[in-house]
Amino acid sequence: MCSLALFPPPLPSGQVTLYEANNELVSGGSPDCYEKQHWEPPSLNFPRETLKPHSRPESSSKAAFLDHKDTLWMRSAGAWYKYTYKTFSGCVLALLRWMSSFHGSLFPHLTVNITASIPHFVFLSFSKSFAVRSFAWHPHTDKFAVALLDDSIKIYNSRSATAPTLKHRLQRNVSAMQWKPLCASALAVACHTCLLVWHVDPTSLSTRPSSGCAQVLSHPGHSPVTSIAWSPSGSLLVSASPVDTAMMVWDVAAENCVPLQRVGGGGVTNVSWSPDGSRLLAATPSALFRVWETRMWTCERWPCLKGRCQSGCWSPDGSRLLFSVQGEMVIYALTFSDMTGGPKSAAVVADLSETTFSGTGGEITVGGEVQSLAWDPSGERLAVLLKGNAESSGHSAIIAVFKTRSSPVFELLPCGFVRGEAGAEPRLIQFHPHFQHGALLTVVSAFFVELPLSTSLA
Amino acid sequence: MPSCAESSWFARKVVRWRATASVSWSVLLLPATTMLFIFLIRFQLFHPIQWTSECLGLLTAASTIFSLLLLSGVVLVIGFFNLEYYTVVPSIPCSRVALLAKVLHPRQCVHSLVHCTVGMVVMWCASVMAGGRYRTLGFPCTHSESSSGAHDACLNEYHLFFLLAGAFMGYSHSFLGVVQNMNYVSFQIIQQYKYLRFKGSLPWVVKCSAVQSLYSVRNYVALYFFFGHIPRAWISNTLNLQIDSSLHSLDSLAGLLDFSLLYHLWISGTFLLFTWYITVLLFRIYVTESYSFPVQSTFAEDAEQCLPKVLAEKNTLIMKFLALQDLALLSQHSPSRRQEVFSLSQPGGHPHNWNAISKECLALLNELMQRLVAHHDAVASNGRAKPPSASSDARSSSETSGTEDLPQTPRPSVLMRTPGSVFLKSSNRSVGSPVTAPFTPDLDSPFSTPALRRLAPQPGPQQATWFSSVQSPHVMRRGPKLWSASTDSQTNGSATASPAPAPSSPPPEQKPSFIAQWLQNRKEQVRGFLAKRVLVVYLFNKLPEASSQALFADGQAHIWALEGLSHLVASSFSEDKYGVVQTTLPSILGSMLSLQEAVDRHFKLPHASSKPVKTSCSLGDSTYKTLRFALRAALKTAIYRITSTFGEHLNAVCISAEHQKRLQQFMEFKE
Repeated sequence: MCSLALFPPPLPSGQVTLYEANNELVSGGSPDCYEKQHWEPPSLNFPRETLKPHSRPESSSKAAFLDHKDTLWMRSAGAWYKYTYKTFSGCVLALLRWMSSFHGSLFPHLTVNITASIPHFVFLSFSKSFAVRSFAWHPHTDKFAVALLDDSIKIYNSRSATAPTLKHRLQRNVSAMQWKPLCASALAVACHTCLLVWHVDPTSLSTRPSSGCAQVLSHPGHSPVTSIAWSPSGSLLVSASPVDTAMMVWDVAAENCVPLQRVGGGGVTNVSWSPDGSRLLAATPSALFRVWETRMWTCERWPCLKGRCQSGCWSPDGSRLLFSVQGEMVIYALTFSDMTGGPKSAAVVADLSETTFSGTGGEITVGGEVQSLAWDPSGERLAVLLKGNAESSGHSAIIAVFKTRSSPVFELLPCGFVRGEAGAEPRLIQFHPHFQHGALLTVVSAFFVELPLSTSLA
Repeated sequence: MPSCAESSWFARKVVRWRATASVSWSVLLLPATTMLFIFLIRFQLFHPIQWTSECLGLLTAASTIFSLLLLSGVVLVIGFFNLEYYTVVPSIPCSRVALLAKVLHPRQCVHSLVHCTVGMVVMWCASVMAGGRYRTLGFPCTHSESSSGAHDACLNEYHLFFLLAGAFMGYSHSFLGVVQNMNYVSFQIIQQYKYLRFKGSLPWVVKCSAVQSLYSVRNYVALYFFFGHIPRAWISNTLNLQIDSSLHSLDSLAGLLDFSLLYHLWISGTFLLFTWYITVLLFRIYVTESYSFPVQSTFAEDAEQCLPKVLAEKNTLIMKFLALQDLALLSQHSPSRRQEVFSLSQPGGHPHNWNAISKECLALLNELMQRLVAHHDAVASNGRAKPPSASSDARSSSETSGTEDLPQTPRPSVLMRTPGSVFLKSSNRSVGSPVTAPFTPDLDSPFSTPALRRLAPQPGPQQATWFSSVQSPHVMRRGPKLWSASTDSQTNGSATASPAPAPSSPPPEQKPSFIAQWLQNRKEQVRGFLAKRVLVVYLFNKLPEASSQALFADGQAHIWALEGLSHLVASSFSEDKYGVVQTTLPSILGSMLSLQEAVDRHFKLPHASSKPVKTSCSLGDSTYKTLRFALRAALKTAIYRITSTFGEHLNAVCISAEHQKRLQQFMEFKE
């Protein structure tokens, strides 16, 4: 079992992690200085060339946010104003919606004000400084979508200068986005009242696709939608809402859906499909999660002891599930195989309890609960976003990167901590889905949109 | 019935067994629903104890048992009709007249009649179980004539009201079944166990039956208010029952505004529809359950039950569909069965399995492509091709342009029937759906009169050019129909003086052509006259997007073929040891890309990409309305699946340059 004490000490503030080479995370003074560094020539070419297209949209998106800054402030202020106003009506609405989606199991979370509960379940805090609600890489091309606080979505493409902005009347409180696999254009967006599927023509030069490009999918009682997952074969879309005990399986093109309902646990907060398409993780707001098998759609119940399943990620071959539980500072692993009929209990694979490193810039405390997990598509690196402690200054959210090894036994090995620019707090992490030369981690933080980190593998 | 008469091994062994199982489950569920019904219909708010004890007593009463037996018989009848009338390819009427013809088709009439009768039986049971004032049709008269003798019987209008309601609901169930294609059985997008699927759709069925029953009660009450006296008088006359004049008659406002009567009627209607809907639901669940066909068998006598043989089956559509579904499932989920597909035959070393499967799938895709191209050509030629001379056509187009929005029948010389109806005919023959294929726009339709048939081959030069060059499909189609609808007016019109300018220019030696043209003018006039009548326009106008739906009516088969092929090809990248897929890869890519082109072109037509309105709450399955969108998405995904698996290797595949260019677009994710 791996623990944080085995890690090399985190960088002092001011230093930025640039890339990984030879099993070490290389740091520098600013994110722009990696070009000056001396790499050994063979490995120099690949990261540089492939990174450039990613770093360019990075800077351009930064500029976009600067431009937007005033209006964003205004808008977010307006949004907060509305929040306080809407508390009462929100309660009434919640009650009504609860009554309409009365599915037999009563759980306290159902009576919570829904607008307030979304961030709770989506693992995001909508602080005013955090302009990005959601982020999604396209699974096949160098393209990503960013959902902003003003409920617009921007799409950046490495190959074209136009960055389309998607806006729709129903696009409120975007909590998740995902591109459809095996498709160039379809982007599913989980919104407050419905599910939107945008069809953004990749060859179009329009910067503002009309709302006619969006397909609206809604089902009575199924809102707010907080989590969505496309099947890796691209044919089905699963959506989940924390107030609806049924999980919807959509045939998006035909716009019909099949509700899948199981008693217990309340709604469904988080769904994630295993990369081979054979299993689906569905977390509930209570101390229970389910693992669905996607052939006949039956499920296994996994009751947790402490709290709800906070986040989970699948290994690329779909045989292993790592998850973390609220209130516990460990990572669990479940191993599935077709032969033995599934695991009996989860094993602890990493201990993330608080560890203090004393360095030049004072003491730095690292560790805590897991906010999110990300496993790179090659199955070699695991990024863990650890929650910080807002009270103490030396204890901020940090990303720990593990090396993973699956044979002979599954193991996590320490790699290092990723440190962004000063004051940047990581919020979302995602690996680039088809980066050829290792694993490319994208970090969305409070002040910087992204910080690409390449790990080049020997 | 065709499905039984031909009786392939599948219909005999599997479908019939599945239907039997579904019916027996619905019979087994009857006691529970009946109990619930008794509790609901005998509901007394202020006497809960009396209510419970009364209901419990009633549960074991002889009348209830007898009703249960009757209801089981009803369910058997309904189950039989489900089996005989179901179809996996819906028949889509292209105009209202076709819909009307569908409703009036003899087969459908039998259906309606039986459902009326059966509805009356259910309502009789309901009234017996409800007891009280509903119990019997006659009762001893209580008022003045009580002195004259006890055997004087009066008509119990409440009972009659219930029986007629049953007949009405039975008919409206049968009617709505036609309008909403309730006999169409669609396949689910995911596989679920039968019990879970049933459990999942139970609340929806309850809701549907309650809502439908509410609508039926509304319509029935309105109908009874206006025409209720007719059956009442008839019954009292034939059965020699007197009408008790001291009671309110029910076709008055006071009689109908009886809340408890309406409640009982609604509950009984819900019970009736619920038992029927459950039967339909169970039948659908059982029939669409996936069936695993063996890919190859070791025994020669089982060869016809193997997947490659079954896929080529034309007669039993349900078997073909299930086989395609099985192909799609095995290609996704089962590596061992995929191995069998890729395997070589033992003596000889030929990939017979793969060859047969890919050939059948490609034939399906090519057939769809040809259908789309023919349809598109027909529409395009109608839109663009202008007559070279033919003044009559100019007139005709000016006359009909106001009414004809989208003539979509293909040019008869290209294809003798509508694409939709081609398929429907074949499906009709095999599945035995109550389609009225002759009434879908069709040249062989009974509406095309002998007059026109005689007219058409006449050798007049102008006539010939008119027919061969213009061939405005709507003229061809619409003409015969309206003509037939107005044969008498035409014959009369020829006698009476007509104000139309008779063409005087043709010289006498062109006599036949003159007559033909004169007839043509008459015809145009009649048509113009009729085209202005609202009712005719209403009936004969094309329903928007109906032709598009009809084109893709069997889209589910194509979707599975695409999924199966693309998954097999994608997994062949790592699993195909002998490279059997390589030989067919060019043709697979070629047909997928041509189909993609055809589908793209089809979606550029008006109405093709408009979304259908969602039906609120009915058991009719409207999946077929969006099948074309699903097909488009499945096609793109299938091509992307192949390109993303093979990547750069596809450059080595020899396909035409045009397709190569198209493929490049897919490889760069620009489609």
